[in-house]
Amino acid sequence: MDFDIAMLIAQDGISNGAIYAMMALGMVLVFNSTRIIFVPFGDLAAYAALTLGFFQLHQRPGTIWLVLVLALIAFAVEAVELFNRKAGRRIWRAAALNCIVLPCLPCALALIAPPDLPLAAQSALAVAIVLPIGPLLYRIIYKPVANASVLLLLTISVALHFALSGVALLCFGPEGLRTQAFLENDLELGRFTISSQMLMMVIAAAALSVGLYFFFDRTIPGKALKATAMNRNGARLMGIRTHSAGATAFLIATAIAAITGVLISPTTTFYYDSGFMTGLKGFVGATFGGFVGYPAAVVGALVIGVIESVSSFYASALKEVIVFASIIPIVLLRWIAAGSAAPADEVEEG
Amino acid sequence: MKSQHLKYAVAGLILAAALLPLILGTFATTLLNYIGIATLVALGLVLLTGSGGMTSFGQAAFVGIGAYTSAYLTITFQLSPWVGLLAALTITAMVSAAIGYATLHLGGHYLPITTIAWGLAICLLFGNFEALGRHGGLTHIPPIGLFGFPLERMDQIYYLIWATVLGAIVAAKNLLESREGRAIRALRGGGVLVGSFGVDAFRSKLALFIISALLAAVAGWLYAHMQRFISPSTFDLRSGIEYLLMAVLGGAGYVSGAVVGAIVVILAKNWLQDLLPLLTSNSGNLETITFGLLFILLLQYSPEGIVPSILRRLRSKPGSISRCPASDPALPGRQLPAQGSRLLTVERVTKRFGGLTAVDGVSFEVDAGTILALIGPNGAGKSTTFNLIAGVIEPTAGRIMFSGHDITGASQPTIAALGLARTFQHVKLRPAMSVLENVMLGAYLRTDAGFLKGALRLDKDDALVRELALRSLADVGLRDKALEPAGSLALGQQRLVEIARSLAADPVLIMLDEPAAGLRHAEKQALSVLLQGLRARGVTILLVEHDMPFLMGLADRVVVLDFGRKIAEGLPAEIRADVKVQEAYLGGVA
Repeated sequence: MDFDIAMLIAQDGISNGAIYAMMALGMVLVFNSTRIIFVPFGDLAAYAALTLGFFQLHQRPGTIWLVLVLALIAFAVEAVELFNRKAGRRIWRAAALNCIVLPCLPCALALIAPPDLPLAAQSALAVAIVLPIGPLLYRIIYKPVANASVLLLLTISVALHFALSGVALLCFGPEGLRTQAFLENDLELGRFTISSQMLMMVIAAAALSVGLYFFFDRTIPGKALKATAMNRNGARLMGIRTHSAGATAFLIATAIAAITGVLISPTTTFYYDSGFMTGLKGFVGATFGGFVGYPAAVVGALVIGVIESVSSFYASALKEVIVFASIIPIVLLRWIAAGSAAPADEVEEG
Repeated sequence: MKSQHLKYAVAGLILAAALLPLILGTFATTLLNYIGIATLVALGLVLLTGSGGMTSFGQAAFVGIGAYTSAYLTITFQLSPWVGLLAALTITAMVSAAIGYATLHLGGHYLPITTIAWGLAICLLFGNFEALGRHGGLTHIPPIGLFGFPLERMDQIYYLIWATVLGAIVAAKNLLESREGRAIRALRGGGVLVGSFGVDAFRSKLALFIISALLAAVAGWLYAHMQRFISPSTFDLRSGIEYLLMAVLGGAGYVSGAVVGAIVVILAKNWLQDLLPLLTSNSGNLETITFGLLFILLLQYSPEGIVPSILRRLRSKPGSISRCPASDPALPGRQLPAQGSRLLTVERVTKRFGGLTAVDGVSFEVDAGTILALIGPNGAGKSTTFNLIAGVIEPTAGRIMFSGHDITGASQPTIAALGLARTFQHVKLRPAMSVLENVMLGAYLRTDAGFLKGALRLDKDDALVRELALRSLADVGLRDKALEPAGSLALGQQRLVEIARSLAADPVLIMLDEPAAGLRHAEKQALSVLLQGLRARGVTILLVEHDMPFLMGLADRVVVLDFGRKIAEGLPAEIRADVKVQEAYLGGVA
């Protein structure tokens, strides 16, 4: 392997790694604030990418209808609860705003917008349409069981992923899509060409990890989210609204997923089920980082990206096998690094 | 009478099952075969998830290893499928042992995440091997021969499948009620409790993981030789999740839940496949969506599953133990050390948690056949000292000698084997298990039947353990509660169950962490009499207690801790008069 090929592999690895890092960050964010391992994270990225793809084909993406349906279900679920609580008018109005008006606004925009919007507007609209899906899913699926064990929440997430990938097939069909590039020019640095697409991904991932680190460690809303994950009852006693904390986390995470999806959509052909594998690799990266720390998750995701590009160079058929199998040595290393002490997260029940 | 009825019902059911293929057509028999095979996998998950508390999304990969191993050997080398079975079991055992060894140390959600990853990796591997036919899979797999008679048709292999299922169910039920099975059921909720009576939690988890993988491999073997054709997609993550769904839907804590779950899921899938095409042309997607949503709804509204919710409606009061112990339990007892000899020496032991020094250079000795009380204000380091002696945590510095052995940094099971039993400040019982079973757990180290003996019901000693546990319960006055779930008892009574559990271990030294908390006056007096009786028999007792009147009449010596340091030691009367102790408790006002 000569130097040029090594550089090529490294570049490929880093740009893959940056994608996985975004995925890992989103999952860590959701986990840190709700204890939910949000397996369908990658699916949401695919939704955004495919929605943008449909705009470019001048077609109406099915995500619009999905959001409308979810909004109605969420409002119905909320209405039953508010009715039983005999809530006042202000609360009803807030529910209508949060469940119906805000989620449906981008959809309405998409329905009336002219088909030949500029790329930036199309991208923004794609992100905006996908954005409410996360919080609405939280309201419908997770909120009723927010106090359940991590395992139950994880199992629900896995089931949700299957439902969402079925929905994606319904919305977008089985064909793959690839969108136009945002930036055509690549950077020339002496002998090397650095793809500007890659540069964008790396910058986005870096900005995001720093941002999240500051949000959770330096700001009160961030600390409130963290406290909610650690001890819901304790957080409530401190006056934190745990459910709105969950919805906030899902909103931020969905934004990350949607932006990632839109950013990578020009680099690869997206299918309705591509998100899952991408998400899972982010997941493996997050595991490397212990699923708690932001910088560690990014490092883990980069390692996964490099492992993937190296193995696709040497044994391209086995690349996925190698990536997923690498979780075992990773886990072993973590265990050895932690010493033989019992894992800190083992919950002793009465 | 009642058990007689049950026997007839079971016999009738088996007879009916034997006749089914004669009545049903090939399609229905095939469906039943699928149900039987899935039951085997789900049964493994009932053991692993429902009993042991470990969730696996990857069982389908083990089904695949079983199927591919036997298929490859029987096609390529024309070996008998029975040799294939042997090879399938061997390879699955090796692979699952390796994976388990690497991942089972992980607690909480890490383990299920890793199962997704290796489940994917193994399935992808099948599709990438030339020898395994890549994505096309393997065809022309020979049928299984039974006494020279090939089981080619669906109604022939039906009997082999369901006989295997029946055997597996009986063995699983036996196992769960055996010595190792009780330990497995106690794993859920953390390793500290099971460690305290000598269970190596990791070993139990690993064994359980391998057992569930082997059940999956048998299912894969049956599948390969029934279907005569296999391809990787049968063993993907989605199937793994379906198996988990079966276990969860049926009721992951119940052996019968595996059958119920497999029946419901496979029939529901079959029904959806028939029904959805009538409604829409996109039936394939709708099937996935409906399936996912049904699963979510189920988890939201009935996370325990079908079997427990039916049982709850049927269940009458727990039976009573009318039969008295016929004879004295004849389990070998432990030789207690000579009265007054040095049993436990704690030497300048220190424990730091980060910047906090919880225990700071504490030393004391306990002589055999005496009662030593450890007292001190909240946060003095009493429970930490207990955990250091019991091996839950390792001291940062210092040395601990017990029964002539240096146990500094030794594991919980090692120390338990030397004759230490304990109770916990925050009661640790398994609330869903009966009081009796909780107490029987304490006697884990007194017998030695392993998994196989348990599954085959060959453990003769278990009846003795049961009688012994009943006697321990009688000692603490809770014999009449033996069959109730431990979680239904009042807190004070739960503390007494913990004491009964430690008595069942036949200990040299008992460490009791606040045993009198939550007891009424009469119960305290009874406890005091019990402890004095134990001392008279030569058992040594180390107590943490806040109830001074209770202690003063009982303890031979008292050690006082404050902020992790020993501030006084002596006879109860001396301690009561000690100015430093009064200051520690009352802030110097007294």
